[in-house]
Amino acid sequence: MSRIKEFNLPDLGEGLTEGEILAWLVKVGDVIELNQPIVEVETAKAAVEIPAKWAGEVRSIFHPEGTTVEVGTPIIAIDTDPGAGPVPESTTAAASADLPTPSAASLAAVQVAPAEGMVEPGLIGGVAPGGRTAVLVGYGPRNGPAKRRQRKDGPPQQPATTPRPAAPAQVATPVPAAAAAPASVAAAAPASVAPTVNGNGRTGGPVLAKPPVRKFAKDLGIDLATLTGSGPLGSITRDDVQRAVDGSTVVAEPLAATSPTTSAASFGADREQRIPVKGVRRLTAENMSRSAFTAPHVTEFLTVDVTRAMKALDRLRGRREWRDVRVSPLLLVAKAVLLAVRRHPMVNSTWAGDEIVVKEYVNLGIAAATERGLIVPNIKDAGRLTLRELADAMTGLVQTAKAGRTSPADMSGGTLTITNVGVFGVDTGTPILPPGESAILAFGAVRELPWVHKGKVKPRQVTTLGLSFDHRIIDGELGSKFLRDIGDFLADPEAALLAWT
Amino acid sequence: MAKGDPAVSSRGRRATPRSRRAAATGEPELVQLLTPTGERIESATGPDGTEYRVDFTDEEYRGLYRDLVLVRKLDAEATALQRQGELGLWASLLGQEAAQVGSGRALRSQDMAFPTYREHGVLYCRGIDPIMPLGLFRGVDQGGWDPNEFKFNMYTIVIGAQTLHATGYAMGVHMDGKTGTEDGEAVIAYFGDGATSQGDVNEAFVWASVFNAPLVFFCQNNQYAISEPLERQTRVPLYRRAGGFGFPGVRVDGNDVLASYAVTRHALDNARLGQGPSLIEAYTYRMGAHTTSDDPTRYRIASEVEAWQAKDPIARMKAFLYKQQIADDAFFAEVDEQARTEAVHLRERVLELPDPAPVSMFDHVYPHGSPELDAQRARFSAYMESFEGSVH
Repeated sequence: MSRIKEFNLPDLGEGLTEGEILAWLVKVGDVIELNQPIVEVETAKAAVEIPAKWAGEVRSIFHPEGTTVEVGTPIIAIDTDPGAGPVPESTTAAASADLPTPSAASLAAVQVAPAEGMVEPGLIGGVAPGGRTAVLVGYGPRNGPAKRRQRKDGPPQQPATTPRPAAPAQVATPVPAAAAAPASVAAAAPASVAPTVNGNGRTGGPVLAKPPVRKFAKDLGIDLATLTGSGPLGSITRDDVQRAVDGSTVVAEPLAATSPTTSAASFGADREQRIPVKGVRRLTAENMSRSAFTAPHVTEFLTVDVTRAMKALDRLRGRREWRDVRVSPLLLVAKAVLLAVRRHPMVNSTWAGDEIVVKEYVNLGIAAATERGLIVPNIKDAGRLTLRELADAMTGLVQTAKAGRTSPADMSGGTLTITNVGVFGVDTGTPILPPGESAILAFGAVRELPWVHKGKVKPRQVTTLGLSFDHRIIDGELGSKFLRDIGDFLADPEAALLAWT
Repeated sequence: MAKGDPAVSSRGRRATPRSRRAAATGEPELVQLLTPTGERIESATGPDGTEYRVDFTDEEYRGLYRDLVLVRKLDAEATALQRQGELGLWASLLGQEAAQVGSGRALRSQDMAFPTYREHGVLYCRGIDPIMPLGLFRGVDQGGWDPNEFKFNMYTIVIGAQTLHATGYAMGVHMDGKTGTEDGEAVIAYFGDGATSQGDVNEAFVWASVFNAPLVFFCQNNQYAISEPLERQTRVPLYRRAGGFGFPGVRVDGNDVLASYAVTRHALDNARLGQGPSLIEAYTYRMGAHTTSDDPTRYRIASEVEAWQAKDPIARMKAFLYKQQIADDAFFAEVDEQARTEAVHLRERVLELPDPAPVSMFDHVYPHGSPELDAQRARFSAYMESFEGSVH
């Protein structure tokens, strides 16, 4: 029975409480070796591969990719002796293929592990042999009802008449006499302090609050000076702040309710959804507000007839060596940007305080909407690539992003970005610069529109380009020339290529 | 003050971007005896004209290779153990094997070493059981071993603190009259590039210098202080700092085990002969994370790591042994097998490390106890005894 071992998600980085399963590298039935990578897990600190703790055969996988798992929870069960015939009755339940929940069976299995010498410290909610709840290694000291060992009969501090603890409830919360006394003192102390604090009501001097509470209040827009503290020395606690927030909500609701004429309107907190700001969303927010309020943005627009470019693309698709390549209008836009950068190197630069860093290489960022949010991976030194290489790089980049496998290295070091808002069917926008970059191009939808062509109004393929640039570095003249060159290329790629290269 | 002001302004602001950049990132001159492709260089000259060379037997060359492979494998095993929840933390030495094995093998039995928390390779070369520091990282002991027994101080977590300990120790060696002969005693202090910004390290430089302490400052410049790159530590090559303190400094290819050995041996010999301290900057690269809690992809780019991969210390040694026909496939296979076996053995023993008894917290407060402490121990023991199933 104990040959089935379950592996609990360990604390991978000093005090983490959870991790997200990014990808399973093995599947049920696989025979694996010791230290073979089995799963990729992303924590708040790092994305890491976990090597198998035991060799054997994968019996079950408890959590699918994409789930967030608490530290200490079993994630995989491994049969450490698959050659020894069928598994005994009691574990077969846990071994069914469709993501079984590790419940009683798994806990039993986990508890068995240490008994046969495989040290398994730090079980959460389970008690190791000898009765300790070990927390030294691997798993943080998480909650879990702290099961305490039972006191022997008649400990010195307790009266001899104490009945034997029989009911489980009593066992779970033994209150030694020694512990009871401080508890009552603790309960009494705030009671005696609080009235004096509230009575004094602090009429001056600094407001007392711990830094996290100050941060908490600041985030919520609460002025600490307006609150009365219930903590030691009249300091303001997190609860005080929370109460103030709840209080103001309560005040707001009656106001809404007292306007009975608008019968249907209801906009209380119960009809608001609160989404925690984290991960990619937080990063995006930080980057965007940092960029928007440090770099003075200017945006210019250019509407271009791209009919020739579209035809050129069709001809490209028709060529044999391009047959299995994904060719999109974005490819030509990327090429246009790279060529235009060569003519105006200054746009590919970074504002670095007392100097401007002009880069000879272009790490071309492509903004991509993914399930995890907006990410901007970039093609390193894209200027050196041929058109074919560029196409391959863009395809790879998008596929990686869609699969959620874009590494931080892929996203760092971008120098100039294209955002393809056209795929959402809109014409253009005023994009915000990624921090550290000086120009970003929005590529709008390509539409068939009436257009004056050779003196006559004709239906033509038209798109709008929007270029935002950092006005500290790039003047209107340079920005306009850069945008115009991109437009020139898209209006007539062959001619631009001949003229410029 | 009036004199100082112009100096401050000229130093602080006037340097042109060109000269600053050249100082911070220009490819440095370093002592190298084995190129990344495994070509042997007969001898190399240090900045002060010292000629460095080594003359190993085939057996010794193979021994160095074996050290490098074993040290890397045991380190990888410890990293895996952390990922499996069996260690709380691990600081991997991946990439720095040659600097550690080269300097570690240059030590003589009477020499004393003061490590950081990453010197698993030096520890191995001192002949110490590699399990010794794992109790610390597993959290079952405090990492307290007898430095005198192993001639290897305890792992020091505080950045740079051990350089002061080493300086005091080396001053003691000097005062005891154990220097000045061919068989004198020397001390080596390990630290990293980040530590050079610490006050402790600079104080150690001053004290070691003016008291002529028989001490080798061995700085493994692995390019990163956790996430901070070298250009945030210094504007001059680190080895040149020594000049300002009044002792010689040399930069060695820290991925070249032969040069690391040659330079360290020379510096140790100078120290044991009573010629005072010196600074070695072993120029290397931390291929892995700072510790298992760190994610280096957030602050450095893949191409940089790839560039250093091409300078791998083990690959160049293997290429050299192969080309010179000092070793054959059978030897390499045998070393790999030995490494695998020792890693499994280490894993088994780590898993069996006992958790400390609660009462053991009283054991090492005083060497011979104290009445107050004994009373506390007795009370605590009685308390533990009061639980059912107690084995205390």
